Amino acid sequence: MTDNNIASRDSQWREELRKAMPAKERTAIPRVKMPELDPAYRITTFTEEVNQGLSAEQAVTEATRCLDCPDPTCTKGCPVSIDIPAFIKNVQRGRNDLALEVLRNTSALPAVCGRVCPQERQCESKCIYNRMGKQPVAIGYIERFAADTAGSEPVNAQPVEPNGIKIAVAGSGPSGLSFAADMAARGFDVTVFEALHEIGGVLKYGIPEFRLPNAIVDREIQGLQAAGVKFVVDTIIGKTISIDNLRERGFKGIFVASGAGLPRFMGIPGENLIGVMSSNEYLTRINLMGAGREGFDTPVAHGKVVAVIGGGNTAMDSSRTARRMGAEKVYIVYRRSEAEMPARVEEVKHAKEEGIELMTLSNPVEYLGDEKGRVTAMKVQRMELGEPDESGRRSPVPIPGAVDTVPVDMVIVSVGVSPNPIIPNSVDGLDISRRGTIVINDDTMQSSIGDLYAGGDIVRGGATVILAMGDGRRAAAGMAAALIP
Amino acid sequence: MFKIVDKQHFSPAVVKLVVEAPEIARARKAGHFVIVRACEGGERIPLTIADADPVRGTITLVVQSVGVSTRKINALEPGEALIDVVGPLGRATHIEKVGTVVCCGGGVGVAPLLPIIRAMKQAGNRVVSVLAARTRDLIILEEQVREVSDEVIIMTDDGSYGTKGLVTDGVESVIQREKVDQVVTIGPAVMMKFVSLLTEKYGIPTVCSLNTIMVDGTGMCGACRVTVDGRTRFVCIDGPEFDAHKVDFDEMMMRLRAYND
Repeated sequence: MTDNNIASRDSQWREELRKAMPAKERTAIPRVKMPELDPAYRITTFTEEVNQGLSAEQAVTEATRCLDCPDPTCTKGCPVSIDIPAFIKNVQRGRNDLALEVLRNTSALPAVCGRVCPQERQCESKCIYNRMGKQPVAIGYIERFAADTAGSEPVNAQPVEPNGIKIAVAGSGPSGLSFAADMAARGFDVTVFEALHEIGGVLKYGIPEFRLPNAIVDREIQGLQAAGVKFVVDTIIGKTISIDNLRERGFKGIFVASGAGLPRFMGIPGENLIGVMSSNEYLTRINLMGAGREGFDTPVAHGKVVAVIGGGNTAMDSSRTARRMGAEKVYIVYRRSEAEMPARVEEVKHAKEEGIELMTLSNPVEYLGDEKGRVTAMKVQRMELGEPDESGRRSPVPIPGAVDTVPVDMVIVSVGVSPNPIIPNSVDGLDISRRGTIVINDDTMQSSIGDLYAGGDIVRGGATVILAMGDGRRAAAGMAAALIP
Repeated sequence: MFKIVDKQHFSPAVVKLVVEAPEIARARKAGHFVIVRACEGGERIPLTIADADPVRGTITLVVQSVGVSTRKINALEPGEALIDVVGPLGRATHIEKVGTVVCCGGGVGVAPLLPIIRAMKQAGNRVVSVLAARTRDLIILEEQVREVSDEVIIMTDDGSYGTKGLVTDGVESVIQREKVDQVVTIGPAVMMKFVSLLTEKYGIPTVCSLNTIMVDGTGMCGACRVTVDGRTRFVCIDGPEFDAHKVDFDEMMMRLRAYND
């Protein structure tokens, strides 16, 4: 799809860029620092992004650091194998439009990935700079810069010949959007069905605007609409329209990307007290429903002293949201130590800057309430690190007798989710794992039912935006190959 | 957008709305509910479907004004529209022939009870319906219930209509005179609690339909969790109907007050 001249490492312009500066000089450039809003200011705003994005000058300098390796290892760290040096070098020569085109070849949502991907564990962890004992090229920052500055052309500049084959997608989160983009680019007639009243799935209800503004998500969705993708909200596949109904209506392939459903709770006493809620509930009330803001009817509790249980990105999002809702004290309660936290390093850093306290090696064992049933305190069991478990992380072991009572007036439980049961429960003969995920062929993403493919959290149980998008891509390739042999 | 095609006041606070929602009208069964949002900026609230006409493509909702959102819904006139209606949600009522079924509803709970009464009757059961309210004006859908019941008992707190007394008095009078195989109860949580305590005493299987706080209604938020048989269950996915004898009604009533002040 891409002109060789845009992406090929052998093209003349890439050679010239490589020759323009010796490697020694490039590697001497320090890694760029992301401009950020001041913590004292940013906890007063929901919608302003903490990371402000690189300036053109910063982006070009950072792109110059990239050595344009003959055998780039960064791309191997990317779940969707983005041609990373090609887009970086296009940014370096000032062609953000072409950089975006390179990104679009493999990723439907570059402005989203540039913001929420855990680059430090993926592409950037594989950058050659690490082996030189230096900080890796800021691939994520440059990706975001390219996506934000290149304008909002439709996904496919060249019109595609429609093939007239109708495809349905259940869920408009990252996996569904990625799949829809790829199928539309192949000429399929794609309709995405969304259960909620807004398109975007977790990108809208889950990830707060200070990390991923809704306007960015909407721009990506508009790109898909321009490419011919249709969106239908308020429609639950498996409830409003069954899989059989879809077949009767002429849909030849169905991609299930219905995401993570049921929030997990810990099953400890007091968990149903008022003021104890899942991070899904808390974030949905605020992000999707606008709770706590002028003009929105949905209520939300305003905790003064808030405990967020868990150490993942959703826990960080919840804690930072609570701070912005006016909480005076917010604890992240995590049973291991900070080093084991699954959250992105940047999110933990941002949380700490915003005054969130990490209460590590601590595990809630009970919540206490008042006569009205409102939570007033939590009992936490203090832990110490023992031997490494199967995951290689040192497992937490309770310290006998070390239980403290900590006053809190709100608790947000963020210890994971189970797959949404609606579609697994509604289709006969669909192969489901013991965890409730849909079983698929790893290469094609095809389920045990021929015309039904699946990806994202409904298959993985709980993963990242980029892995969900990678699933969408693979499913599109798999389904397209099956439908047009 | 989901157009309102008909509106009828049962009482100043209770309104029947017939809403265009063809997909839901086709797919719904007795016991299902929908999530409704009245307008931009509005709250998502669960409402049980009272009736549906798959040919016309409409569903019927009966809404009592109790808060901001229900007032906004009830202020809409025919020709206007609800911005979002999603469903049908929850599990449908389990309908089978068991013998004699007592269906008791309080207040607007009679609306979601009506399709269950009809389905129980169609399945070949003898159905005795007990309708209860504070006063005569709040008894709704009496005529429709009569059409599909073998017998109807009306109870009012003030004795202004039917027999003076609580819903439980009406149900107990049936239990004392004939063999009752199952009870279905829909209404305020406190009413269901006392119906449940009564039928437990007599060992009669009892189904209740819970209406808790919800946000998405699809199993995502967990706001609707209740304790049933000592386990946390989600009303939107596992319910809305449960074995009444196993529901922790006190906890449920406490949780319903989460946003009361």
